[in-house]
This record gives sequence, C-alpha cells and structure tokens, in this order.
Amino acid sequence: MEKKYKISYLINILGVIAVFLLFVLLFETKVFGPSTQYIKGICTTACYTIIMVASLNLVVGFMGEFSLGHAGFVSVGAYTSAIVSSALAGKGLPDFFLFLTALMAGGAMAGITGVMVGIPALRLKGDYLAIVTVAFAEIIRVCFCNFPITGGGKTMSGILKLSDFYWCYWIMAACVAVMYMYVRSRFGRTVKAIREDYIAAAASGINVTYYKVMTFTVAAFFAGVGGGIYAHYMTAMIPTNFNFMYSAELLSEVIIGGTGSLTGSILGAAFLSSLPEMTRQFSKYRMLVYSIILVMVMIFRPGGIFGNWEFSLTRLIKKLTRQEGGKKDSRNEKTKGGV
Amino acid sequence: MTFSLFFQSLINGLNQGAIYALIALGYTMVYGIIRMINFAHGDFIMIGAYTMFYTIPLMANAGMPVWLSVLAAIIVCSVVGVVVEVIAYKPVRQAGSMSALITALAMSLFLENLAMVLFGAKPQNVQKIFDLPTINFLGVALPLNVILTILIGVIMMAGLQIFIKKTKIGKAMRSVPQDRDASILVGINVNRVITITFAIGSALAAVAALMYCTKYPRVTNDMGSMMGLKAFIAAVLGGIGIIPGAMLGGILVGLIEIFVKLFAPGWYEAITYAILIVILLVKPSGILGKNVGEKV
Amino acid sequence: MKEAAKKPPVLMVQNLGIQFGGLKAVDSFDLEIGESELIGLIGPNGAGKTTVFNLITGVYKPTEGSFYLNGQRMNGKNTYQIVEAGIARTFQNIRLFKKMSVIDNIKAAMNSRLSYGFFHAVFRTPKYWKQEALLTERAKELLKVVHLEGKEELKAGNLPYGEQRRLEIARALATDMKLLLLDEPAAGMNPTETEELLDIINYIRKEFKISVLLIEHDMSLVMKICERIKVLDFGTTIAFGTPKEIANNQRVIEAYLGKEDEEVEEDA
Repeated sequence: MEKKYKISYLINILGVIAVFLLFVLLFETKVFGPSTQYIKGICTTACYTIIMVASLNLVVGFMGEFSLGHAGFVSVGAYTSAIVSSALAGKGLPDFFLFLTALMAGGAMAGITGVMVGIPALRLKGDYLAIVTVAFAEIIRVCFCNFPITGGGKTMSGILKLSDFYWCYWIMAACVAVMYMYVRSRFGRTVKAIREDYIAAAASGINVTYYKVMTFTVAAFFAGVGGGIYAHYMTAMIPTNFNFMYSAELLSEVIIGGTGSLTGSILGAAFLSSLPEMTRQFSKYRMLVYSIILVMVMIFRPGGIFGNWEFSLTRLIKKLTRQEGGKKDSRNEKTKGGV
Repeated sequence: MTFSLFFQSLINGLNQGAIYALIALGYTMVYGIIRMINFAHGDFIMIGAYTMFYTIPLMANAGMPVWLSVLAAIIVCSVVGVVVEVIAYKPVRQAGSMSALITALAMSLFLENLAMVLFGAKPQNVQKIFDLPTINFLGVALPLNVILTILIGVIMMAGLQIFIKKTKIGKAMRSVPQDRDASILVGINVNRVITITFAIGSALAAVAALMYCTKYPRVTNDMGSMMGLKAFIAAVLGGIGIIPGAMLGGILVGLIEIFVKLFAPGWYEAITYAILIVILLVKPSGILGKNVGEKV
Repeated sequence: MKEAAKKPPVLMVQNLGIQFGGLKAVDSFDLEIGESELIGLIGPNGAGKTTVFNLITGVYKPTEGSFYLNGQRMNGKNTYQIVEAGIARTFQNIRLFKKMSVIDNIKAAMNSRLSYGFFHAVFRTPKYWKQEALLTERAKELLKVVHLEGKEELKAGNLPYGEQRRLEIARALATDMKLLLLDEPAAGMNPTETEELLDIINYIRKEFKISVLLIEHDMSLVMKICERIKVLDFGTTIAFGTPKEIANNQRVIEAYLGKEDEEVEEDA
C-alpha cells in the first residue's frame, strides 16, 4: 500500500519537473519571440491564481461552505509580504530568500486573520456564512484604506519585482502539493465528513468547529501566499483591487473547475486567468463572454467541468501501458474521485 | 452634535435607509421564495436608472409628464427581472444553492458588462424628475425631494405588505417557501409565483433607482453592485425572507451609515459590516428571524 | 466480585428533562444501564424517545437533571466530547457521509485515535504511514463485523438500505464506545435483514462488552432481545420492567392502543 503511494508520488514529482522543463525550453529558446516576457507574465498570473483558487477550494469544495471573502485573505498576504520585503530589502539577503520570507510572512498573517475570522464566522452556515465572509473581507479592505503603512487608500507602489515565473512555478507546485496532502489525510477526511453531515460528524467524535477553523486557516494561509506573489508581480496595488468582485471571481473559478477537485482548480484557474489576456483585443466583451460561460457551465455541468474528478499521472501511465487492465481501473476511479 | 445636525442626519439616514430598504425587499422576496441570493438584483437598479436617463429627455421632448419615465423604468426592470429568472435561474433551480449563487453572480457580471458595452463606462447625469424647493423647518433645511422620497418608500412598503397579506397571489407567495410540494398539491402554480415575485422585486428596484437618482443623479454601469451588497446585508440583518425585516434592516443600515460617517468618515463601511457580524453571531437568523435548528 | 459491585453503572441518568418553550418533551427520566446490558426504549410516536437520545449525546442540552458515563458527569459537554468519552449513536433517518467511501465513513469516526499532526500529514512521515495502515486494518475488521467486507471502496450512499443501517452501526463502533444508542435500527428492514441485525447486535455486545440502549417499533424484536424495557409516553416514563411485565402492563397497552373509544395510533 505504502509503496504504491510512494511510487505514485515520485511519478508525479517527475511529471512536475517535466512540465517545468517544457516551460524552460519554450521560454529560453524564445519560441514566442518578442512576446516571451509577456507570456511569462501570464504564466506567473496563472501561478498565483492557482494557489488562490485551490486554497478557496479547500473551503468550498472540501468543507462545503461558501466563502465570498477570499480576496480579504489575499489582500492581507499581499500587503504583509510587500511591507516585509521592502523592510528587508537591501539587507544583503538573496532575492529568493527575501521573496520566500515575504511570502511566508504574508501567509502567516493571512492565516492568523483566518483564525480570527473563522472562529466567529464558522458558527454560521450556508448563505449566512457567505455574507459574513463578505463583511469581513470588506472590513479588511477598509482597514487597508485607512492604515498609513498600506498607502492609506491610495496606490501602494514600488514593491520589489520578485515574482519570477520559475520561482513562482515551484512555489505553486509546493503549495498545491501541501494542499493535496492535507486533503488526503485525516484532516481532509474529517472535513469531508463534516461537509456530508455535520451532525453525524459530531456524533462520530469529530470536533466540528476545530477542523472547520483549521481548514479555513490553511486556506487563508495559502490565499496569503498567493497574495504575496500577486503583490511582487504587480509591484503596485490599491485596496479596491481586493473587493467583492475579486472574491466572486475566485469563487466562480473554483466552481467552474469543479468543487472538490484540485485538478479542476488548477486548470480552471490557469485557463480563466489567461482568458482575459488572450481576449485582450475584444477586452470590451471579455467579461461578457466570461459571465456567459459561467452561466452555461452552471446550467449544463452544475458540478463544474471536472466535478470531483482528480487527474492522476500514475493512473494515466497505467492505462497507457496495459490497456487490457483499463476496465478494472476505471471502476476504481469512480470511488477514488470521491475520496 | 447640534440639534440641527442631528436632525439633518436623521433625515439623510432615513432617506438612505429607505433606498436600502426598497432594494432589500427585492432580495428578501426572492430569497424567501427560492432560497437564493439574487446578486443581480443590485444591477436592476442600474437598469432602472439608465432607463430613466434615456427616457426623461424623450418624455420632455414629447411634451409628456416626466414621471412617466419612472413607469417605463418599472416596466423595463420587471421585464429584465423575469427574463433573467426564466433564462438563467430556472434551469439551475434544482442544482443546489452553490450553483444558484454562482449563476446569480454571473448574471450580475453579465448585466454590468452588457451595460458597459451598450452605454459606455462614463458616468451619466440623470435629469431631475422632481424639482421641489427646500423648506426651512425649525432651523433645519429640509429638501422636499428627500421627504417625497421617504414618503414613496413608505407607501411602497405598506402597499407590498398589504399585497402579501391580503391578496390571493400574496398568500401563495407566503405558502411556497413553507412547503413547495404542498403548495403544488393545493393548486398553486409555483413557477408563476416565482416569476411574479421576480417581477415585483425588480419593479421595487426601479423605484429604488428613482429614489437614488433623486439624491445622487449619477448613473454608472457598476452603481448597483456595492449598493446591492449593502442592501443585501440590510436584508440579512433584518432577517432574510421576512418583509418587515428588510425594511427594518434597510433603515438601520442607512441610519448607521450616515451617523457613523459623521464621526469616522473613513470607517463607516467597516462599522456597518461589523454591526452586521455581531448581530448575526448573536442572532444568526437576523433581528426578526426565527432560529430554526435542524431536526435530528 | 467486590470490585464489580463498586463499579458504577455504564450509564446513569438522573431526573433528566428538557423543555421546548412551555412543552416538557422529556420529564424526570431515570435510567441505569450496566455493562453489556441491552435496554429497550419504546413508546408511541412523539413520546420523546429520540429526544432522550439527543439529550444523552449532547445534541440538546438538558434543562434539568444530569447523566453520568461510568460515574463521570456528562452534562453540558459537546457531542464530540461525549462520543470520545464513550457514547455513540445511530440515527433514525440514516445519516451517513453519503458521498464518501464505506471505509472512509469508518475512518472518519476513528479520527480521535490518530495523533499525527499537520506536519506528518503533509510530509507523509513514517508516523503517518504507520497510523494510517493501522487504521485501515481496524476499519476493515469492523466492516467484517457488520458483514460489509469487500465493499470498502463503494460510495456509502449507493449501498442498499439495510447495509447503510449496518454501516452506521459500524461507524458508531469505530468511535470505541462503551454505550451504543440505536435509534430504530430495524426500521424498513425485511425479516431476514432484521434477523441478521439481531445477530450483529448480539455479537457486538459479547465481543466488545458494550451496553446498548435501543429504540425500536418492531415489538417482536424488542421483546426478543431486550433484557429490560422502558416505556415512554408524553415524555414521562409509564413503565419499566422485563419484556413479560411490559407486555402485560395495563398503562402500556392503553398508551399504545388507546383507552376505549380512542383511535388506534401506531405507525412506523
């Protein structure tokens, strides 16, 4: 059992490295010519969006609760990491460590905020929780509008440009891996049990509030890390960037990708964050198209494009190498996807 | 605080509150009947405001009374509300609350961006519909516009309450959320009731647009989203699904906003939200809501 | 022998009661359950049987009285704390984690036996593997007890009704409890399934040395397996005794069949 999993982890690591090498090859040989830098930028955008969306999926997909205030945690991470990196700049720290420290600080601060928001808010459920998360995110936004250190409502600019795509790729991969392991451990199991039936979960000895707050905090932490990358990519930001619409956008990317599927979050976030760039020439219509896609997905695939299906490289390789075993595998898949 | 400042703020707060209350009514009616937060509701206000922006000059040129454009706004809003419901919401009604919420968000996005494509992103000025003088009452300047706005709001709310309590369709609207299947069994056409609910809610949004434009004669394509959010909060505050709750919540949010603005202009939104959070934590179903636990 | 005499009863309930508004749903409920004892709780619909369960499992907080598990006071504790202390239950209307696999339903209930933290989970340390492997083994054993072996990877919601009921019992067992509360476990089962259930209940009582409090409408089942029976009506106890005593008790017959001229009021 254990060995089987370890081999599968190894295969996945190799897969991640292969994708990375592909990107390096594409960028270093300048296949895209003059727009290489531009495409790299889009890929960086995709990286932080993936982290944010996957983290929100922990709450929405695995815990089964709406959060419409994820942008609040993103902004806490963004501002904290920006402040930390500018405070540490010029202290002789290598750029990568400076970046990492800033991101960790941003994540930690967002995590602390997550605990403070989660403990009161998670007593509520459903639409009420959704609206309280909105309220908390708005309070956070107003705070950033009033604190002098965050620009006092004006643009905070001059943030170091540290979000290099190659770094961000690995940070993203690490973040997603951690979230994946979290979901596939006793924590994910209890949280899913709570999602299915919180009364039965409590009657099975699960401390419902504790695991909910814990998951919420983990989600907030990674939202903060995503925010940190955002800040060091944009180099300038204003609190209104993190308004309700941004939360709503993140939530809709989770839903389109598929609640309870990290694969869906990754592909959904990667696609939807690059969509605005790809359709730049019709920028007037792009949000219009986006909203129509959203409605279509909801009507025709209410569970999102990927439902709760997870991509598995190991499974793919198995399928390709011995086709005759395919039938048996696909039966197992069904339950595995839900696990 | 001087008396006149207090009184002025009270009037302002009531005015603001009446606007929120009218919008909150739309949220609450829809939520009450299909348990769905209709995020696009805020954007119906924008549609109402644009309708007035375009029809007021038409009416004036044709020599017709200007207030007819309010009627036009009501009709346009109702039609848009019903169309949105039939095209987008009806197909996802069985798919669960998460799908419904996202569809509503998507419709909100759609309407805002459609408005941008059609009317441009530049703010437009709506002409005044009423031009009433300001009178002096006990040393306080009272714009009659504001008084009229509040009056319209109160009349609408009272009318709605009577409609819900006394008419047949109003009774059907109250019975559907209690037990949809039983309502079907006693011969209520649930789909029709939902459509009518959307029509009325959207019409109220048009009236809210009138009240808003009387106070701030500026129309933008995203004017509805923030206002809608606050009105929704008002509805939750009062107890969502409960009509008097929406009115109470709306007035409260309006008053809180205006009074907090006096003391801490930068923080008034945060304080409004903080009050909402506190109230929901103490009383999770809102001020007038009843706590219903899950049956085990 | 001397030690056994000193040992407190597994469950001791004293004068337990709850009021909803002005209504006393349960009033002065007393009960003692010894080790491996099986007590039946019966009564007409709305008599307050499930409310008793909800009180003992901390879903509702009692407005009066108290209850003890092995001499330890349990009032005011949260449901999960009571479960950890050793009281587990099943539900009248099955409440499984429907979209999770059968084995994960069991594993979720075993969560409190695991001690690995966030770090171990994320880095898949030896501690993680060891604990998870042990957990899987234990979960499979429990599934065997309720005759669900080989169905580990099926979705719980896709199981047939009778198997869902049995899975719920296994999930309760997984919490390592001393007292099991079964809320109408045989409801909707056919005679063969009921028979199988009876065997399981008897088996787990002997094997795990647990006490059982059982709500059931199937009188033949109740009479067959319960050592003593408590009868509730309108929230108060109207009779308590052996099956034989209960069957001949005039008040019980009245509560179930009504006095003369009253309509029969009984359904599952």
